[in-house]
Amino acid sequence: MDLFEYQARDLFEKHGVPVLAGAVATTPEEAEAAARGMGGKVVVKAQVKVGGRGKAGGVKLAEDAQDAREKSAAILGMDIKGHIVGKVMIAQAAPIAEEYYLAILLDRSNRTFLVMASVAGGMDIEQVAHETPEKLVKVPVNSNDGLSKSAAVKIINDAKFPADIADQVADALVLLWGVFVSEDATLVEVNPLVKTSDGRIIALDGKVTLDDNAGFRHPDHEALVDASATNALEAAAKEKDLNYVKLDGEVGIIGNGAGLVMSTLDVVAYAGEQFGGVKPANFLDIGGGASAQVMADGLSIILGDKDVKSVFVNVFGGITSCDAVANGIIQALEILGDKAKKPIVVRLDGNNVLEGRRILDEAAHPLIQQLDTMDGAAARAAELAAK
Amino acid sequence: MSIFINKHSRVIVQGMTGSEGTKHTRRMLASGTVVVGGVTPGKGGQVIDIDGHQLPVFNTVAEAVAATQANVSVVFVPPKFAKAAVVDAIDAAVPLVVVITEGIPVHDTAAFFAYSQSKGTTRIIGPNCPGLITPGESNVGIIPSDITGTGPIGLVSKSGTLTYQMMYELRDIGFTTAVGIGGDPIIGTTHIDCLRAFQDDPDTKAIVMIGEIGGDAEERAAAFISEYVTKPVVGYVAGFTAPEGKTMGHAGAIVSGSSGTAQGKKDALEAAGVQVGKTPSESARLMRALLSR
Repeated sequence: MDLFEYQARDLFEKHGVPVLAGAVATTPEEAEAAARGMGGKVVVKAQVKVGGRGKAGGVKLAEDAQDAREKSAAILGMDIKGHIVGKVMIAQAAPIAEEYYLAILLDRSNRTFLVMASVAGGMDIEQVAHETPEKLVKVPVNSNDGLSKSAAVKIINDAKFPADIADQVADALVLLWGVFVSEDATLVEVNPLVKTSDGRIIALDGKVTLDDNAGFRHPDHEALVDASATNALEAAAKEKDLNYVKLDGEVGIIGNGAGLVMSTLDVVAYAGEQFGGVKPANFLDIGGGASAQVMADGLSIILGDKDVKSVFVNVFGGITSCDAVANGIIQALEILGDKAKKPIVVRLDGNNVLEGRRILDEAAHPLIQQLDTMDGAAARAAELAAK
Repeated sequence: MSIFINKHSRVIVQGMTGSEGTKHTRRMLASGTVVVGGVTPGKGGQVIDIDGHQLPVFNTVAEAVAATQANVSVVFVPPKFAKAAVVDAIDAAVPLVVVITEGIPVHDTAAFFAYSQSKGTTRIIGPNCPGLITPGESNVGIIPSDITGTGPIGLVSKSGTLTYQMMYELRDIGFTTAVGIGGDPIIGTTHIDCLRAFQDDPDTKAIVMIGEIGGDAEERAAAFISEYVTKPVVGYVAGFTAPEGKTMGHAGAIVSGSSGTAQGKKDALEAAGVQVGKTPSESARLMRALLSR
């Protein structure tokens, strides 16, 4: 889960990372009140989970509380690269002398964690890495060793931070490591980390990604989920513990296993090229044990998607046997009754496939068509969606 | 021959007394795997009857290894306790630990992987994987044993069901070993590790490699193939239609910006001389054509 800047700020504050006062607002009135509480100049910052908001006009300096209200009114509702601004952060303004960069992230390639530090802050770090790689220091950190103060000092010195603030930056880095580990983050990035004109080090803008798998030890992370960004179908699927992602096509997809479902989406998209560019409408993995209830829940979500014109059920019986899946489909259609109106193409293979196919043949349900191969079934589902 | 497991593999099941552990112990036994016991902290001393096999339960992996000479452990422990279980197996210096559990926090995986590296005595496969099978000899994990038998193909895949699908498509030819390496951001055994082992295994004549979006494992594997692998390799990559920034089922299956795309992986593999099918069936046909040459 990616966090908003204000949520990252709050986490930083909780772990002692130096930040400026900041408050989130969803209306100009709230923004005004927050600015009044802080006093003086404030910065109004659009809260969107996408880069480039500054260039898009989503960050404005406000002279006072009244001005903060007006700037917020202009920013709230703005469309930044397809993200509608629903919240702004009101942050204390600070006189910036220099901008730096710090990040800690999961390094998948090397199967470890990586600390990155640069004195070229405030810019796109990928650009820095590309154009002036010597300005970006990258140091792997072993999970079991952690990041000591002395290791942090060495990183900061290697990155050629000015001597007068190196120690403060190293302290901030150790605190950020604390955020990274104790919150189960996969990314903690500060860009920029600033030196104010009075010599303080402050994390001015932060980006944090949290590991969804670690939710069981962070009950407080649930509150950080952005409900407004969750699609209604995705929310309904989540309630049923289904692994569902809404896409923008017309063929509803149900399959078992993440890899097979991803592959199914691709095969449908290829087949769709021959039928006016028909595409998959969703990702839905019902997992290994496809019980009738799970199949009914899945079908019900997909048939509730008004964009769906046909459904493709693609199951390879590994542990689950195909007869159980076939029975699940029939029972699901009984549970759904009149709500099921769209054609359903089924491809079963693997464990006990002949019995599974026989059950579907015998049921002779008017909505169900069976095909023997994944490619053939994908083509039929695409054809039906194009009609 | 085969890679990683064979008929001499002696397997203990961590989490055998749980419902998933019991179910899959039964299936592993039925497919001829030599399962010699289980580990559940606090339940040591019991003996469990699974289909007529009397399996002792131990409190620690070290005790289990001492009593049974086990050389493989398979982990069916829930995410919350998985790190402790794997660390226990590493401490007992079990040469191969196969972690089936899905949903382990990546900080936990990073910790036990780093620990295994520092000890240098344990290979980890997974987590979030279906395990591996050497047909007719040993089956460690949850791969159905009746899809196909032994043959000249080696298979390595991030995905469980695509492993099954590919084994099924090529069931008349058969496999030396099929390895599901898992779909998490950090995994103990990579495509490269398996490619190297298959290259060095005299019975493996050709290799199928299945990848998916996220990370750069396939790109690195492609570079490795160029350098080291002389056996023919057929590839498949899933996730061409996956939108950026959305996790597609597997925790590691996510396109971030321009990195981790299926197209990038396919291009890298093709540049290394790997034939990459557009669909699993096409990849199977490519393999069939290669072997009939």
